[in-house]
Amino acid sequence: MNAATETAVAAEATGEPEVMLKVENVSLSFGGVRAITNISFDIRKGEIRAIIGPNGAGKTSMLNVINGFYHPQEGVITFKGAARSKMRPYEAASQGIARTFQNVALFKGMSTLDNIMSGRTLLMKKHFFWHLFHYGPARTEEIEHRRKVEEIIDFLEIQHIRRAPVGRLPYGLQKRVELGRALAMEPELLLLDEPMAGMNLEEKEDMSRFILDVNSQFGTTIALIEHDMGVVMDLSDRVVVLDYGKKIADGTPEEVQANQDVIDAYLGVSH
Amino acid sequence: MFYREAGQFKTSYEADQQVFPILQDKIGIGAILIIGLVVVPLTGSDFMITSIMIPFLIFSLATIGLNILTGYAGQLSLGSGAFMGVGAYACYKLTTIFPDANLVVLVLLSGFFSAAIGMVFGLPSLRIKGLYLAVTTLAAQFFLEWCFIRVPWLYNYNASGAIEVPERTGFGGIILSGPAASPLTRYFLVLGLVILITIIMKNIVRGRVGRSWMMIRDMDIAAELIGVRPLVAKLSAFAVSSYVCGVAGALMVFSWLGAAEPAAFSINLSFQILFMAILGGLGSLVGSFMGAAFIWILPVLIRFGMPAVGIDIAAETVEHTTRMIVGALIIFFLIVEPHGLVRLWQIAKEKLRVWPFPYV
Ligand SMILES: Nc1ncnc2c1ncn2[C@@H]1O[C@H](COP(=O)(O)OP(=O)(O)OP(=O)(O)O)[C@@H](O)[C@H]1O
Ligand SMILES: [Mg+2]
Repeated sequence: MNAATETAVAAEATGEPEVMLKVENVSLSFGGVRAITNISFDIRKGEIRAIIGPNGAGKTSMLNVINGFYHPQEGVITFKGAARSKMRPYEAASQGIARTFQNVALFKGMSTLDNIMSGRTLLMKKHFFWHLFHYGPARTEEIEHRRKVEEIIDFLEIQHIRRAPVGRLPYGLQKRVELGRALAMEPELLLLDEPMAGMNLEEKEDMSRFILDVNSQFGTTIALIEHDMGVVMDLSDRVVVLDYGKKIADGTPEEVQANQDVIDAYLGVSH
Repeated sequence: MFYREAGQFKTSYEADQQVFPILQDKIGIGAILIIGLVVVPLTGSDFMITSIMIPFLIFSLATIGLNILTGYAGQLSLGSGAFMGVGAYACYKLTTIFPDANLVVLVLLSGFFSAAIGMVFGLPSLRIKGLYLAVTTLAAQFFLEWCFIRVPWLYNYNASGAIEVPERTGFGGIILSGPAASPLTRYFLVLGLVILITIIMKNIVRGRVGRSWMMIRDMDIAAELIGVRPLVAKLSAFAVSSYVCGVAGALMVFSWLGAAEPAAFSINLSFQILFMAILGGLGSLVGSFMGAAFIWILPVLIRFGMPAVGIDIAAETVEHTTRMIVGALIIFFLIVEPHGLVRLWQIAKEKLRVWPFPYV
């Protein structure tokens, strides 16, 4: 708590980059289960912000609140200056929020190419009439988007599986395709839910490199949920720690690592 | 062996996004078109044209319609028979109201009526899925069938309760429907519309709209978070699917049967179309043709093939044998290869591509 307040004050004093997303006093419960209790934090433009915590801490629920999939009972979320208490996932997507899922949620019956193409949905114009004949603006547009998608395929080094149905790909590659699909939306804020879960060391290193490159090359702001502490410490600019739906710490990786509450939460000290 | 893409390099995304990127496929589709447009009309008997080719094409079209909804958008429907009926009755009323209009235009228009009705009965899909949705489409089936029987206006107060196709002309006086229309005229009308609609459907499913249907089918939550609006995607699938079924229904009466009672659009027809879609392969346009061919042409083959090899076979036996074979195959495909005949075809092509090596 203390560390967080200090950082916030320091940020204002030094005129740090503007805040992209601000979560204020958000609470979410499912019937009797309180998934999130009165949480506030912010994500600054251009940073990699890690959200960590033990299993069931409410991390995934937090992402679901941010992109409009769950509607919190209390609290306000401000994205790019506009405050809201709830919105539809469609609106979140059109305002520039993309995400990946903890359990890969690809379109299993479609190829890698089509999966990543699907990320372009909102960037495509209607042109329904022209689509009937695959002619004129519809065709030009399809090819334009294909070019963008090929750039992403090159970036993620998945050219060889371009035509493969994603259902047949190994888990590590599926996660990569899912990242590709999110990137295809050209998001301003990218939410990554455990992008490295179940990967071996080499795959984790690749994925870390992609995340850093996305952040530096495209300037995308990233919220990252990750259990691997080494990864979190290396990648993130700031970390927010949740436990049992409450925020227990917020600050730079070093600050958080030294925080007694965090150590207790991870070692399972009784409350 | 001959089916190779080696040496066929694509230098633009345009070339790579073609429907048939491989030369051999282009030759194959060209051959099929020549058979359909030239060989069959020149050599086929009237029986072959009216009892095999025309119904096969019409069923293929209806199967494409159902495939849009069930195969591409993942919404199970048992109401395709009734949606075909809406198209047929709409076309009948249109020919009554506009006796001088070109029949082809009226057939194409009648699809819009079933599209509208299909969208209305598609509304529950926004809340329910799978089996429950199937039950509501079943309700649509029974309700519409009831209308076909109980609303005499639909069949122009005919004493028989059936619709009888009037003689209609088009394209400078050619008789397109009614008893005086020649089998070849009707064949070309059906073939032309089937080719046109198939091309349009292919264009839709390979573009943005088709992708949004498949996204909803494969993972509706992710689709929504990417920006697909379930309302738009599902209702457009219902509309397009019902449109195609409606046109198929209109053709069924105007270009094939010549007359139809409400029973022609019963649940049996819905199931027949569903079986064609499953057997051919859900989510494939080529598969729709394969499924329709298999279920429609198999009985004919059994009937005329068996005597040819010296086995006499009664008409009922033919029907029973077909039912048994089709039933067994449906079970086989549902368990072993849910993607149907077309998947077997694709596997064969993949094997040929890498022949003589078993793996790539
Ligand atoms: N849809 C839901 N209905 C009921 N309870 C839910 C739902 N989603 C989450 N919860 C509950 O909310 C709490 C937080 O879950 P959440 O998935 O956000 O945790 P997490 O931090 O992502 O955990 P993990 O590290 O295991 O992914 C858990 O107790 C969970 O059981
Ligand atoms: Mg989680």
